Amino acid sequence: MNKYLTAYYLDEEDLLKGLKKIMSKGVEVSDVLTPFPVHGLDKVLGLRRSRLSVVAFAGGAIGATLGFLFQAWVFTRAYPINFGGKPYFAVPSFMPVTFELAVLFAAFSMVFAFLISNNLGPGSKNIIHDEQITDDRFLLVVKMDEENEERIKVVENILSDAGAQGITLKA
Amino acid sequence: MYVSPIREPLIKGGKDYSQVTKDIMAPMAGKPSIYWYVGIAISGGALLFGAWATFVTVYYGIGSWGLNKTIGWAWDITNFVWWVGIGHAGTFISAILLLFRQKWRTSINRSAEAMTLIAIACAGFFPLIHMGRIVLGFFIFPYPNTRELWVNFNSPLLWDVFALTTYFLVSLIFWYVGLIPDIGTVRDKAKNKIRKAIYGFLSFGWTGSAKHWSRHETVSLILAGLAAPLVLSVHTIVSFDFATSVIPGWHTTIFPPYFVSGAVFSGFAMVLTLLIVTRKALNLEQYITKVHIESMTKIIILTGSIVGIAYITEFFMAWYSGVEYEQYAFMNRAFGPYAWAYWIMMTCNVITPQLFWFKKIRTNLVAVFIISIFVNIGMWFERFVIIVTSLHRDYLPSSWTMYTPTMAEVGLYVGTFGLFFTLFMVFIRVFPVIAIAEVKSVLKSSSDEKKHTHHE
Repeated sequence: MNKYLTAYYLDEEDLLKGLKKIMSKGVEVSDVLTPFPVHGLDKVLGLRRSRLSVVAFAGGAIGATLGFLFQAWVFTRAYPINFGGKPYFAVPSFMPVTFELAVLFAAFSMVFAFLISNNLGPGSKNIIHDEQITDDRFLLVVKMDEENEERIKVVENILSDAGAQGITLKA
Repeated sequence: MYVSPIREPLIKGGKDYSQVTKDIMAPMAGKPSIYWYVGIAISGGALLFGAWATFVTVYYGIGSWGLNKTIGWAWDITNFVWWVGIGHAGTFISAILLLFRQKWRTSINRSAEAMTLIAIACAGFFPLIHMGRIVLGFFIFPYPNTRELWVNFNSPLLWDVFALTTYFLVSLIFWYVGLIPDIGTVRDKAKNKIRKAIYGFLSFGWTGSAKHWSRHETVSLILAGLAAPLVLSVHTIVSFDFATSVIPGWHTTIFPPYFVSGAVFSGFAMVLTLLIVTRKALNLEQYITKVHIESMTKIIILTGSIVGIAYITEFFMAWYSGVEYEQYAFMNRAFGPYAWAYWIMMTCNVITPQLFWFKKIRTNLVAVFIISIFVNIGMWFERFVIIVTSLHRDYLPSSWTMYTPTMAEVGLYVGTFGLFFTLFMVFIRVFPVIAIAEVKSVLKSSSDEKKHTHHE
């Protein structure tokens, strides 16, 4: 059975300092929950840069291609209409719709990827460790093995040495 | 953390994080004030007037409007362009100012984006109702049909459909992605079970995890990068509705930049109009400070001056082109039967905003409020002048006419105001008006308390 050891700070600079200390002692912090994005936290936790930009690019490329090809198909194959002698394959006048579809697909594919990768969505049942973290607490979560009571004691000491408050063990 | 000693604080009153949460969520708690009820009653009345006008228009057709065979576009398209333009400030604040790392946007972006969404809804209503048979509105989308006919991809009106649909949807997800963490805050602060369940559902299970925040920042940045060219494209395409036609006064290449800056100009004026009242009514003066108001007036000076130069350039080009129809169209605008509309436009857009060069006027809220309303009026008249004065005297003098709106047209315009203010007041009660998480993230570098301790 897994248990969670949580502790919090009330200031992001204290959090960063404390976190460095805790991690240097070999404690694996599984997550840090904050009320707003704390700069420098990614580096301390060793998080990779998000690759959502790749999704956005791919989505945009698909949108642009589909949009362009569809318009070209409509005006040269499906139902060519002569508009005042203008060319059927009128690339410049396909651009606005192509551009809009690129933006639409890029934005939506990226936001869906964001929601899926974070397991966020309507009715999502993520664990809320502490209701104060959306207010003013910077909470760190350490996953613990229930059997290993000794280790729990050790980690608790490390946390309190690093100035973390409200150390609690949760199921 | 680096704290700029020169910049004025963006957040006043020595707040800490939990105070920020409390202050911003205060307008959502408890019963609304009497002013809120009065406001909603007035805007609800306007909405009813609009509903009546919609009924008249749908029941009797476009014949119930003041249009005639010479003037095919008038108040409807004027209102459409005006509302779209107003929407642009929200995207400008949330996207372009984010890319430029302007911290003062954090206090105003949420409400400005909400304003954008509502304004696009108001705008989209006009082309739809102008179709006459509104139930066939879906004809504008390319879908497989038994006629085997597709839409005309060469037409700027069709580009408008795509531009506005995309603009609305992208603005909506941009706004909502920004709202998710704040809805999480509302959920965690909710005392009553039903409220907690509703906001829990809307918060998408937000946890505030470091990884989520890191992705959230990436998404916000890229959405801003996508929305910035999008907002420019939308009003460019709206200007194509006119620029690609061969009507004197419309057929000009200056239209796209001129329309975009005009849109941002009117949008910021509307944000000012709304926020000067909102900050007072909701006690958010320490978050939306005079610094914010001043920054917005500076953008108004810039965009207003661009618009002014565009008016003069248009006039010059009409003369310089040597085309007598073009020359006549502009002389007719300034000195013809609609000269009053032209001079209202000139006064409200070119002259009064220049008063913002004076710091005394920029920091005087009453003056800013009045000038912002002048800009709103001026920008409405700009579109009226472009549309109606260009059309009412065409190539054939025997078909020259004048245009007067009917009660149905007035009702439709007033009705969109009703819709706008009703939805905005509902928004104030339902979601935090200021981005809580974003304000917290700039609190350390930009609040007056932190600046103070830094100097000591």
